[in-house]
Amino acid sequence: MSGQLEQAAPRRRGRVPVALLIPAGLGLLFLVLPLAGLVIRAPWTTLPQRLTEPGALTALRLSVQTATLATALCLLLGVPLAWVLARVEFPGRRLVRALVTVPLVLPPVVGGVALLLVFGRRGLLGGWLDTTFGITLPFTTTGVVLAEAFVAMPFLVIAVEGALRAADHRFEEAAATLGASRWTTFTHVTLPLVAPGLAAGAVLCWARALGEFGATITFAGNYPGRTQTMPLAVYLALETDLESAIVLSLVLLVVSVGILVALRDRWMSA
Amino acid sequence: MSGALRDEQRVSGALLDARLVVDRGAFRLDVPLRVAPGEVVALLGPNGAGKTTALRALAGLHPLTAGHVTLDAVDLDRPATRAWVPTERRPIGVVFQDYLLFPHLSALDNVAFGPRRHGVDRRTARATARHWLDRVGLDAQAHRRPRQLSGGQAQRVALARALAVAPSLLLLDEPLAALDARTRLDTRAELHRHLSAHPGATVLVTHDPLDALALADRLVIVEGGRVVQEGDGPSVTARPRTDYVARLVGLNLYRGSAEGHGVRVAPGLTLTVADRLDGEAFVAFRPAAVALHPSRPQGSPRNTWAGTVAGVQRHGDNLRVQLDGPIGVAADVTPAAAAQLRLSPGQQVWVAVKAAETHAYPATG
Repeated sequence: MSGQLEQAAPRRRGRVPVALLIPAGLGLLFLVLPLAGLVIRAPWTTLPQRLTEPGALTALRLSVQTATLATALCLLLGVPLAWVLARVEFPGRRLVRALVTVPLVLPPVVGGVALLLVFGRRGLLGGWLDTTFGITLPFTTTGVVLAEAFVAMPFLVIAVEGALRAADHRFEEAAATLGASRWTTFTHVTLPLVAPGLAAGAVLCWARALGEFGATITFAGNYPGRTQTMPLAVYLALETDLESAIVLSLVLLVVSVGILVALRDRWMSA
Repeated sequence: MSGALRDEQRVSGALLDARLVVDRGAFRLDVPLRVAPGEVVALLGPNGAGKTTALRALAGLHPLTAGHVTLDAVDLDRPATRAWVPTERRPIGVVFQDYLLFPHLSALDNVAFGPRRHGVDRRTARATARHWLDRVGLDAQAHRRPRQLSGGQAQRVALARALAVAPSLLLLDEPLAALDARTRLDTRAELHRHLSAHPGATVLVTHDPLDALALADRLVIVEGGRVVQEGDGPSVTARPRTDYVARLVGLNLYRGSAEGHGVRVAPGLTLTVADRLDGEAFVAFRPAAVALHPSRPQGSPRNTWAGTVAGVQRHGDNLRVQLDGPIGVAADVTPAAAAQLRLSPGQQVWVAVKAAETHAYPATG
């Protein structure tokens, strides 16, 4: 009985307008076709040996390492920043929140230039770091991590701040009545409560760091084994060896899809 | 020095001594509160009376504007001397209205949370938690997450969690409000048992007079941020001093000036009462003591006046009739009597109350 009703319901809604259906289909094609092209044009027969080429493996390892370190840096700095934005009332909080999101909309190349101006050898802080500690950041692996963190941190801060705002702060009051200090409350109550949001933010941050190109090539350059991450390797290979570029791209595609699957509960259900 | 203070406290008998003054915009809470060890005090009042604000001030979740909170001779909050002990260092336990059990922890770990924060090692904390879960009858549910517990079970875990830190002051915010009627009855009886056994002071906040009467040794009625009446259950219910309390306990209440057996409650209406007194006085009587007549009754009842039916509602097995007139009054009549009178809004009837059914008492003191 109820099954019949459910079946009848879509018919009553009327036909889907063609004027919407056609652009929708084209839009889907536009998004999927290039990815399909990547899969179709992939040199499947030589894939295993291409993948194990030293250049590809080095770039992959470097990418994973730097993206992971950048995510760690983002967690270390971004989670407290998100907590302050969500839990502490202070003048200019809206401005700070706006500033945090700037790297989100800023062209990454501009971010790279800005990083150079501050951390470059003759930059605002870079010169001092160089003369005092002998630390050089630009065109090093550390530089790659910094560039990636700069671009990826807003994703984490926004995700975690949203989770913190959504979490009922009265749990923190309950923890206080049980004798928990603010720090213990943060580690034992707040963090577990926002763990799903935190995990999603970290994965998103990692994915963004993995794909970072503009800021990295500007601030850290393109040295194989030191600063040449996967996206940079793809770009370089495109000019010399198309098949190699396709293989590297395919790897990045697989990683992206993997992330999507990992986050499916949060995104697909919405 | 503190020893001397302690002795003084013992003599006066109060574990908690507070005057809670909190300004929130146009609203001002000003509630004096003293609670002896082992005593359960209920703050009873309508929504928006400031009860929850008072509880939050005791817990340190809301700072006082003035006044003081002194527990076991220690100032927890006294703006005048800038004394302030933050929530996490107050010897308190709080049962929140919606319990606020940590969703990521099992019932056992929720209860062990407090002892752990008080510096107890993990094993001892868990043993303590197990003991308290056992006391509230939930040892079998120790490893369940809060979302796997029923409302009544969650309430008991929340109580166990608050008691596990052996608080000097136990605070409960509408402890039974989130429960359905059936669970409420069972939980109320059980809660009463635990509150009676608690050696510290207990303050509970509720808008339900039944909860307050069943759980508390003493009621403090708060309206508009002020204490309007205070006393044990029987004295408050027998001698209400505001319309709110009268409505809570289901009495008609009037204030007037008394002279001998007559209390003038409205221009042209003097009620004859059984008690004899002079000066400002309250007169109270039950709706069931009010009789309605189609025409002016002859003979005995001296308290009669004409009233207009304003509304009729079901009330248990009877009908409760609201009447306008020189004084507004509620009358309980049987359905048969109502049918005979053909009660309908706007209809005029004669209201009669026997003097013997009234209770008059001084409005002062």
